[in-house]
Amino acid sequence: MEKFQKINSSAVPLPMENTDTDQIIPARFLKATTREGFGENLFADWRLASDGSPNENFVLNSKIYRGSILIAGRNFGCGSSREHAAWALYDYGFRAVVSSFFADIFKGNALNNGLLPITITTAELDQVFLAIEKNPLVQFEIDLETQLFTCLDIDLKIKFEINSYKRHCLLNGLDDTDFLVSQKVKIEAFEKRTNRMEQDCAAMQES
Amino acid sequence: MAKTLFDKIWGQHVVEQIDGGLDILYIDRHFIHEVTSPQAFAGLKKRNLPLFRKEKTIATADHNVPTLNQHLPIQEAQSRFQVDTLIQNCAEFGLELYGLGHPNQGIVHVIGPELGVTQPGMTIVCGDSHTSTHGAFGTIAFGIGTSQVEQVMASQCVLQKKPKQMRITIDGDLPNGVLSKDLILYIISQLGTGGCTGYFVEYAGSTIRQLSMEARMTICNMSIEMGARGGLIAPDETTFDYVSGRTFAPKGADFEKALSYWKTLYTDSNATFDKSYHFEAADMEPMLTYGTNPGMGLKITRPIPASSVDSNETSFAKALDYMDLKKGESLIGKKINHVFIGSCTNARIEDLRIVANYVRDKQKAAHVEAMVVPGSKNVETQAKAEGLDKILEAAGFQLREPGCSACLGMNEDKIPAGAYCVSTSNRNFEGRQGPGARTILASPLTAAAAAVAGKIVDVRDLI
Repeated sequence: MEKFQKINSSAVPLPMENTDTDQIIPARFLKATTREGFGENLFADWRLASDGSPNENFVLNSKIYRGSILIAGRNFGCGSSREHAAWALYDYGFRAVVSSFFADIFKGNALNNGLLPITITTAELDQVFLAIEKNPLVQFEIDLETQLFTCLDIDLKIKFEINSYKRHCLLNGLDDTDFLVSQKVKIEAFEKRTNRMEQDCAAMQES
Repeated sequence: MAKTLFDKIWGQHVVEQIDGGLDILYIDRHFIHEVTSPQAFAGLKKRNLPLFRKEKTIATADHNVPTLNQHLPIQEAQSRFQVDTLIQNCAEFGLELYGLGHPNQGIVHVIGPELGVTQPGMTIVCGDSHTSTHGAFGTIAFGIGTSQVEQVMASQCVLQKKPKQMRITIDGDLPNGVLSKDLILYIISQLGTGGCTGYFVEYAGSTIRQLSMEARMTICNMSIEMGARGGLIAPDETTFDYVSGRTFAPKGADFEKALSYWKTLYTDSNATFDKSYHFEAADMEPMLTYGTNPGMGLKITRPIPASSVDSNETSFAKALDYMDLKKGESLIGKKINHVFIGSCTNARIEDLRIVANYVRDKQKAAHVEAMVVPGSKNVETQAKAEGLDKILEAAGFQLREPGCSACLGMNEDKIPAGAYCVSTSNRNFEGRQGPGARTILASPLTAAAAAVAGKIVDVRDLI
């Protein structure tokens, strides 16, 4: 996983609330067996009309907004657990999503894929949307080391929360699989002392 | 110190707590299916790792499979490839696959409980948000992303922060014609799609105690639609009777030993929760959703409201526009085009019996397409043994073969754009059942009644 340190970018505004993962990446695109290429299907049913032509009204098709930061209305990423939603956002070019409220599973998936979810208050989110409305290319800075989300133009400086272990992983490009595998001895000891192996349905694999 | 049931199970599964307050949580059962496993298997191969505990891993193909002619090769190329990838991966890693043609095949959250794989006190995960279904047995069961699927394959553990806890208590008797599906749809309409985010829910109360295991599974299944990490119900005699004798349940002395452990699985009387809600079952009515998230639901006698609990004006208006419905409109009498009885929410034998019982000696409306998709091969077999297939077919309902089917339309079972589908599934998002499809979530009884009437009806007037 790539290291995440700092972003300096303008932002794409998506004020719609309760954006579910079926919108972020519709089910028909989940048939892929690799992690690549999901970016081109990001928000497919909002970006494209039924005849495949671009929906001019959708923000990702606009000529005025761009950037690696997505500013989203509350409860972003609700619904299905599909990690493909995080892959699609990352593959498209986003590196951070800012909202007042994230769905749990999506938040975890984002953190596991180098896509930083930043939670700010409703008032702060309104401020950010307003700033972008006034100047579509207003610049934001995200510094993971200092946990600061800033916009100099509007005097905004927010310290955001992030789990210290996940912050460490993102800063250093580490993933959880490596960590968990390194704990194998502890896990086997746990299995022994709690008789986990007795609960097995060894028969499940014999039949 | 007083503990909740969740505290007890969680505490019993923590290998170690690490920096940042994350727990290394041991997983007793890992269910996998064809959609969220390919990249995980690929990751294992890339890292040159084996499947750590294949005895705790159960694999099935459910999301992509056709529900007709399953004995033939899958027609759609990408679906066929994805299912073939699972077959190949299982062979490579020495994992038995309950795939097409296997008597245990079915929707992952239907086969686990019916095979006795799901047992009280366990931690259970799957790359699918409706993993919460298994909570009905008194388990900590939750959905995970593909990266975590890889982690569980490699280490039989996940890293999780222990969530906050909520108790939802429902007391009293459900009125006639009102099912557990209506109950959970009501609760979601009150709490909203983000109402339980950050919480794990325990469902309690006399209403819950009266429910069968299948009815409890419907409730736990939809916990995720309120944003909950998961939802569980403390096991009791109903649970023990259900598990006893199932294929992979412990037998004889092992069962007695397990039973004495299962009887310790309850919330202590003086344990506290971070948040609590209470509902009266007698207040319930058959429910329907009118919008584009499961929180946009209403009691059948109510008109479409001016707002929903967690939609702002813009998204509420957008939802109604998508559904071509209006504030103040009553759904009763609304002509519908499709009925889908299926999904991990309501496709078990009791659901099929409810539908068959209602449609016996009746006919579906001529303009309605009605599909019944059993949750598993075992459910299908049992339905046929009970003669339910004859009853359904006589009424014009097509009994198909098991799979997720029109719940999310990954296979051919899609609802056309603009069509209204009364569905026993769990999500009514825009385009969920097919681009432009209009989903109305309901109980199997309400869905059956709509199929016969050709429009939405209050089933309580008809039973």
